[in-house]
Amino acid sequence: MTTKRTSSLVLGIGMLGLASLAAAPALSAAAQDTITLGAAVSLTGKYSTNGQHTKNGYDLAVKLVNDSGGVKVGDKHYKLKVIYYDDESTPARGAQLAERLISQDKVKYLLGPYSSGLTKAMAPVTEKYHIPMVEGNGASVSLFNKGYRYLFATLSTTEYYLKSALILLDEEAKARGKDPSKLRIAMAFENDPFSRDIRQGVLDEAKRFGMKVVVDDKLPPELNDMTATLTKVRALRPDLLLVSGHAKGAALVVRQTHELHIRVPMMATTHCDSAKVAQKQPEASEGFLCASQWDRTLSYKGPWFGTAEQFAEAFEKAYGYAPPYQGAESAAAVLVFVDAFQRANSLDPEKVRDAIAATNMQTFYGNIDFDDTGKNIAKPMVLYQIQDGKYKVVAPSKWATAKVIYPLK
Amino acid sequence: MDNLTILLDAPILSLQLLIDGLLVGAIFALVAYGMALVWGVMNIINIAQGEFVMLGGYVAYFLYRAGIHPLYGIPLAAVLMFVVGWVLYRAIIFRVVDRDLFTSILATFGLSILLQQLANELFGSDVRTAQSGLKTWFLFDGQVTVAQIKVLAFVIALVIGALLLWFLKRARLGQAIRATAQNARAARIMGVDTNRVYAMTFGLNAALCGAAGALVAMIWIIQPFLGLPFTARSFMIVVVAGVGNIGAVFIAGIGLGVAEEFAGFLLGAQFQTAFVFALLVLILVWRRIRLSRQRRYLS
Repeated sequence: MTTKRTSSLVLGIGMLGLASLAAAPALSAAAQDTITLGAAVSLTGKYSTNGQHTKNGYDLAVKLVNDSGGVKVGDKHYKLKVIYYDDESTPARGAQLAERLISQDKVKYLLGPYSSGLTKAMAPVTEKYHIPMVEGNGASVSLFNKGYRYLFATLSTTEYYLKSALILLDEEAKARGKDPSKLRIAMAFENDPFSRDIRQGVLDEAKRFGMKVVVDDKLPPELNDMTATLTKVRALRPDLLLVSGHAKGAALVVRQTHELHIRVPMMATTHCDSAKVAQKQPEASEGFLCASQWDRTLSYKGPWFGTAEQFAEAFEKAYGYAPPYQGAESAAAVLVFVDAFQRANSLDPEKVRDAIAATNMQTFYGNIDFDDTGKNIAKPMVLYQIQDGKYKVVAPSKWATAKVIYPLK
Repeated sequence: MDNLTILLDAPILSLQLLIDGLLVGAIFALVAYGMALVWGVMNIINIAQGEFVMLGGYVAYFLYRAGIHPLYGIPLAAVLMFVVGWVLYRAIIFRVVDRDLFTSILATFGLSILLQQLANELFGSDVRTAQSGLKTWFLFDGQVTVAQIKVLAFVIALVIGALLLWFLKRARLGQAIRATAQNARAARIMGVDTNRVYAMTFGLNAALCGAAGALVAMIWIIQPFLGLPFTARSFMIVVVAGVGNIGAVFIAGIGLGVAEEFAGFLLGAQFQTAFVFALLVLILVWRRIRLSRQRRYLS
């Protein structure tokens, strides 16, 4: 009995040794042909939903690139690989993980985390080590006025988020022979870096058009009731209501404007899609404008994925849900790296950085062209309107597939 | 100050704020009943109070998603949360119930983080709502709106408060709970199974929070991290009302609701919660002054 067990143990060890001998050369060959990217994304904590979208976007792009032969640098084809860590939605953890990716895992290129706050925490680390980071989910304009050399963003920065609503309002008012400078704006923005930037963009634009801001509330992060703000809105009857407070702000303003029966001629918010207001509150959300980075109906087209719609189909097939823009902008970040590797014809981080800085391409996600500060200035923000429970792109007019309904009744 | 002018120009808005404050405050009171009980009977400040509310909200939400009217979520959330509360007592709370306050605060704080992350893991961090399908009443030409679901919440909070009062006064278990609150040792000597009383009290607390949570899902929104403001509010309410007085908890709750609405309107939403805590400090200072004055009379 005992001898039998011992002998099978010996046999097992021997087989293991054989297997590892056989596997060893294959493994090292694979390692040579791999470009490793690193990413800390929020898989737990308050950003876990959007963190998952981010990761899905990265994974989809990586898989597509690998399946179509990989990245060609020199005469060699490389496969892409991403090392992920969970940053738990906390900036301090994000910074730690950036250190770890760079110093322990020896990663030379980073993909961004989800949210401006985490990007802000990680950017100083990548700067320190001269490691290029391309991100698709840190939209705060404050990331791009610090003189960072190694940070690049595929998305439109925050100050543009709701500007397009004012432009649209201006157009519509003029078309009806109304003076835009008579128009009044009510706004309620969460008091975090993201929404503060949006607010600044709106204020600048309002000044340009001569519109007056009559309500300017800052929403607390633990927001769960907007009645007080909306009561003010009812009293002042503004022409435009703007709200930004991530998904909970969107869900709440839609629910409570309906419940309190507050009808403003034009209402716009961010994060409609992540709050799923059109599906979950179809009646209440009718007519709302939603700021978005991207939409599958846009006529952008580029290498790898093809059109925006083709990307959307691939994403749906892989993950079983329609891609939110967080997924799209993340996938675009991977494509920026791929493009830069090929143009740099080198894996030296410094050369790759320079190639990224010189990026000028169209992708399924839109045009990508970084300015000196590293933000993408070639892609405009999109404005949807919820019409009959569907998201219809109504602005900017160049890409619009539907006509805006204004004024709302 | 502009906001004050608006309010003076259109006094009808005060009515809107008042009504909303009263109705919303009743939900805060509902959450605070349980905290008062647990604090009074077990000498535990339950930091996980808001998480019980959150879990109750998910019960209503999942019921709604299954195609059942979320109003049934109120009793169902109460029953399920009673079980959750009871199990949590048997698993965790009984270990800290006789320790000092600091230990139990730490334990319930840990519990609150655990429940948040568990909910985040199981349900995702998405914002959810359940549609009650109830309508809104329009008064004064649509100047004042009253959501029927909020009125229902108010009535439920009131009825539950009354039932609780009756239960504590008349029911056998209620009497045992009161006896334990007065003197656990004496109650034990008199044959009260205090461990069972504690478990029931903790379960009852979770049930009350669960019912409140189902209402929250129909009135506002729910997500795994909504708990803290509810914990903080119920703490504030109980501090003001005292631990042994359900009626005072109700009054303090609706008072808090009204104060929040007006503060939000006049000072802006950013000061809504800050104002409430400033108020708490003022009340505590005022109490202290009053107490020291009484002490002077005595000596």
